[in-house]
Amino acid sequence: MVERVLLKGNIAIAKGAIAAGCRYYFGYPITPQNDIPEYLSSELPKVGGTFIQAESEVASINMVLGASAAGARVMTSSSGPGISLMQEGMSYMAGSELPGLIVNVMRVGPGLGGIAPTQGDYFQATKGGGHGDYFNIVLAPASVQEMYDLAIKAFELSDKYRNPAMILCDAILGQMKEPVALEEAEEVTLEAKPWALDGSKGRKPQFLKTLYLSDGEQEAHNLELKEKYDRIREEEALFEGKGLGDCEIVVVAFGTVSRIVKTAIQMARKEGIKIGMIRPITLFPFPASIIRETAKKIPRIMVVEMNTGQMLEDVKLSIENGVKLGFYGRPGGGIPTPEEILKEIKVMLDEEGF
Amino acid sequence: MVKEVTKLIHKYLRHDKKFPHVWCPGCGNGVILGALIRAIDRLGLEKDEIVLASGIGCSGRMPVYVDFNTLHATHGRALTFATGIKLAKSSLTVITVMGDGDATAIGGNHFIHAARRNLNITAIIINNQIYGMTGGQSSPTTPYGCYASTATYGHIEHAFSIAELAKTAGASFVGRGTVYHIHLLEKLIKHAIVKRGFSVVEVISNCHIQFGRRNQMEDPVTMLEWMRDHSVTVEKAKDMEAEALKGFFTIGILADVEKPIYTEEYTNIQKRAKLLNPL
Repeated sequence: MVERVLLKGNIAIAKGAIAAGCRYYFGYPITPQNDIPEYLSSELPKVGGTFIQAESEVASINMVLGASAAGARVMTSSSGPGISLMQEGMSYMAGSELPGLIVNVMRVGPGLGGIAPTQGDYFQATKGGGHGDYFNIVLAPASVQEMYDLAIKAFELSDKYRNPAMILCDAILGQMKEPVALEEAEEVTLEAKPWALDGSKGRKPQFLKTLYLSDGEQEAHNLELKEKYDRIREEEALFEGKGLGDCEIVVVAFGTVSRIVKTAIQMARKEGIKIGMIRPITLFPFPASIIRETAKKIPRIMVVEMNTGQMLEDVKLSIENGVKLGFYGRPGGGIPTPEEILKEIKVMLDEEGF
Repeated sequence: MVKEVTKLIHKYLRHDKKFPHVWCPGCGNGVILGALIRAIDRLGLEKDEIVLASGIGCSGRMPVYVDFNTLHATHGRALTFATGIKLAKSSLTVITVMGDGDATAIGGNHFIHAARRNLNITAIIINNQIYGMTGGQSSPTTPYGCYASTATYGHIEHAFSIAELAKTAGASFVGRGTVYHIHLLEKLIKHAIVKRGFSVVEVISNCHIQFGRRNQMEDPVTMLEWMRDHSVTVEKAKDMEAEALKGFFTIGILADVEKPIYTEEYTNIQKRAKLLNPL
């Protein structure tokens, strides 16, 4: 029996994490994600888990690293300024191949910015973010249901590839309420982690590190990581396609913006304009091939984001020459309206002589 | 005696790799590693039950050499990932090894909060009063007026005492030893591991290469003699006037208090949460 409840996005992530078997949370207060630590501080003890309010985000991510090294499912959450402080630990997690979930409920920046929603942390999330040659697995929910589902998915992918995973959402998704179908609670059995520092006997010496000093050792490690990222690119890209069968133009948008684009699509259909949409659900791996293939048939792409053009670069890299590419962005807390998006699309179609 | 030492080395060191070690001849780190190994051996702990976590620096090489569960990660953060490990696997004996810059500059905030939180973790802090590995830059424990590669005119900042900081921040056990007083050091480490709560052992060590050379103590023996001549046991210091103690540091057990440890407190929280709000 699937239970449907009305939930805030932040709480849905926390519930998803518990359903996935996450029993440890370390974090530091920052708006607009405080519901997550508050909820988990009261819920984790009930399931035998532990919550610690750390002394900083730097501490949080390194506590995540420690619990992960001991084999546990563990998470932290924050927003832009705090996520920047966590980049050090995330780089070490990627380097020593430790799983864990980091939630970024984006707020505007650079700097302290404000608490309004944005998609301005796309580059930081999808291009590594910290020092060194690595990638995080990045999932971008667009509904409260997905906040729950993708939290579970993030833990699965993170463990499967021994790589940090991030949920990249924003203040709107974190704060709004929608009905969510919750999975039936059952005991989660995690796969064995033979690499973990768990005191198991009869093992080879276990040593987790990110330092490789011998000649060629670091390069070999980096190439192994690359092979892993290539496998993730090959096997894990997720997207939602809408109206791609008969459209004249395709909009690429993720997260909150994709919801607004859906309204614009409905408005356009009433005027006889056919707009399709590709919504990347995984931002790393980026669903490049569906965009490439779609653009071969419909060579007009419009990227809409709540920033000044970040995912735009990945779309550019995905398409071949001859595709007309447009962009509409609202940064700094500005939220595009369906009317604005439709207007931009009409301008682009007019230029093409439609 | 030599045979005994060799036996212990084979029992606890990853002698098949990473040797010879990176420490300079005469470095105090080897003395501390020896004391740690003897303490663990005499306590009868299984090596599988021990996690040794370090930060970065000369002290950070220690987990590379010993065959425990080891974690060599970020500069200054050893106590944070030790916190994660201890919570996720509370049955393990978790020991961290840090340097003075590691624990009290970049990791200073983690250090005081770990002491305040009182998890059952042992922190060994090697205080050689300098950043050794990176070339002798001044650290939070470089004494006023001493020279460092970034204090070429003499250091104008004042050092703080790691042991006093730990006491004030709420550590359950605080000891201070030196690499000259090796029997005391072994005893302090043993005590710290057995103690339930956050335990700190500050070890005054010699970096004659980076600190000594710049401060008229360029060989290890001079530095060891300095430790011998400038330390007073806690017991002896009790009967000394403040004036007479000037220029000396105390060694021995500086604090040993009983207070509930974090995991015990949290187990109570778990019970209360289940009772008040059953799922």
